[in-house]
Amino acid sequence: MARIVVVTSGKGGVGKTTTSAAFAAGLAQAGHRTAVIDFDVGLRNLDLIMGCERRVVYDFVNVINGEANLNQALVRDKRIKGLEILPASQTRDKEALSVEGVEAVLSELSRTHDYIVCDSPAGIERGAHLAMYFADDALVLTNPEVSSVRDSDRVLGLLASKTRRAENGDDPVREHLVVTRYAPSRVGKGEMLSVDDVMDILSVDLLGVIPESTAVLNASNAGVPVILEDKTDAGQAYADLVARYLGEEREHRFLDENKGLFGRLFKG
Amino acid sequence: MGFLDYFRSEKKRSASLAKERLQVIVARERGHRGGPDYLPALQQEILNVVRRYVEVEDDAVRIQVERDGEYEVLELNVILSEE
Repeated sequence: MARIVVVTSGKGGVGKTTTSAAFAAGLAQAGHRTAVIDFDVGLRNLDLIMGCERRVVYDFVNVINGEANLNQALVRDKRIKGLEILPASQTRDKEALSVEGVEAVLSELSRTHDYIVCDSPAGIERGAHLAMYFADDALVLTNPEVSSVRDSDRVLGLLASKTRRAENGDDPVREHLVVTRYAPSRVGKGEMLSVDDVMDILSVDLLGVIPESTAVLNASNAGVPVILEDKTDAGQAYADLVARYLGEEREHRFLDENKGLFGRLFKG
Repeated sequence: MGFLDYFRSEKKRSASLAKERLQVIVARERGHRGGPDYLPALQQEILNVVRRYVEVEDDAVRIQVERDGEYEVLELNVILSEE
C-alpha cells in the first residue's frame, strides 16, 4: 500500500509543482518507489519541471479512459531510480477526471509504489478536489503573504471535510505546513510575515521553509528538480524537508538572514 | 536586539498589520466553515433587520452553526453599541 501525499495551496504560483518535483525526487533518492501525478488537466507543467516533457506519450486521462495502460503512460525519470511521472492531460475538458477513474489509477499505482505524490492545480475546483480526495498526507504550501495564507486556511478546511478520510470518519489527513519563497531579510525588517506568524494563524505543524532563491528558477529552466542541486539553499531546504517527512529530526536552516560583517556588529 | 532596530521600528508595521488582518478574516471564515452556504446572506439580512431599529457596527451580527450529536444549533450573537 502506497501512502498518498497531496501537494496543495489554493493559491497559484506558490510552488506546488516545484515542491511536488523536489519532494518526489527526494523520496525516490531515499530509496522509496515514488510516482508523482500532475492533476492540472489542461495546464500540464510537471513534465517540464522534471525535464521529461519530450518523452510524454500518454497521460492521466488516457489511462482513465482506457486508451493506454498505466505502464505506457508513466514516464521513468532518467536520473533517479524508482521515480515515475504521470503527466496531466492537455485536454480542455475539465470533467475528464472522474472520482472512480482517479481511484482506479491510484489503487493500481498503490500496489507497486511506496509513495504517490499528487501535484494539485491551483483553485478549489474539480482537479484540486480530486488531487486531495484520496490523500493520507497533505503538504500545504503557503507564501508569507496575506492572500496565500488565507487560501491555505481555506484548503485546510477542505482537507478536514471534503476528503475520503473525512467522509469515512477515518483518521484525518495529516497536514504539514511548507512555507515557500521565504525572505529572512525582509522578515527582519518587518516587511514579511514570519514563519511563526504563519504558524500562529494556520495552526499546522511546520515541515519545511524554502528560502526565496535564484536556484529555483535556474533548476526549472534546466528541467531539474531543485532538490538535485544539492549545493544550493533551496535544494538543501527541500532535502531537509524530505528527511523530516521521513521521520528524521533536522533543525530548520535558512530562517535567518545571512548577516554580513555589518549585520553581525550591529545585531547582538 | 541591535541598536539598528531603533531605526527599523517604523517598518515593523506592514507584517504585523498583515498578521492582524489575517487573524480576523481567518477566524470569521472558520466560523462559517462546514455550515450551509446561505449563512453569509442570512447574516446580512439579520443585520439589515436589526438596523431598522438600532444603529450597529458592520460586524455586529455573528452567526455560527454548531453540531451537537444529531442536532445542528444555529448560534446568533448581536452586539449592540454602548449607548
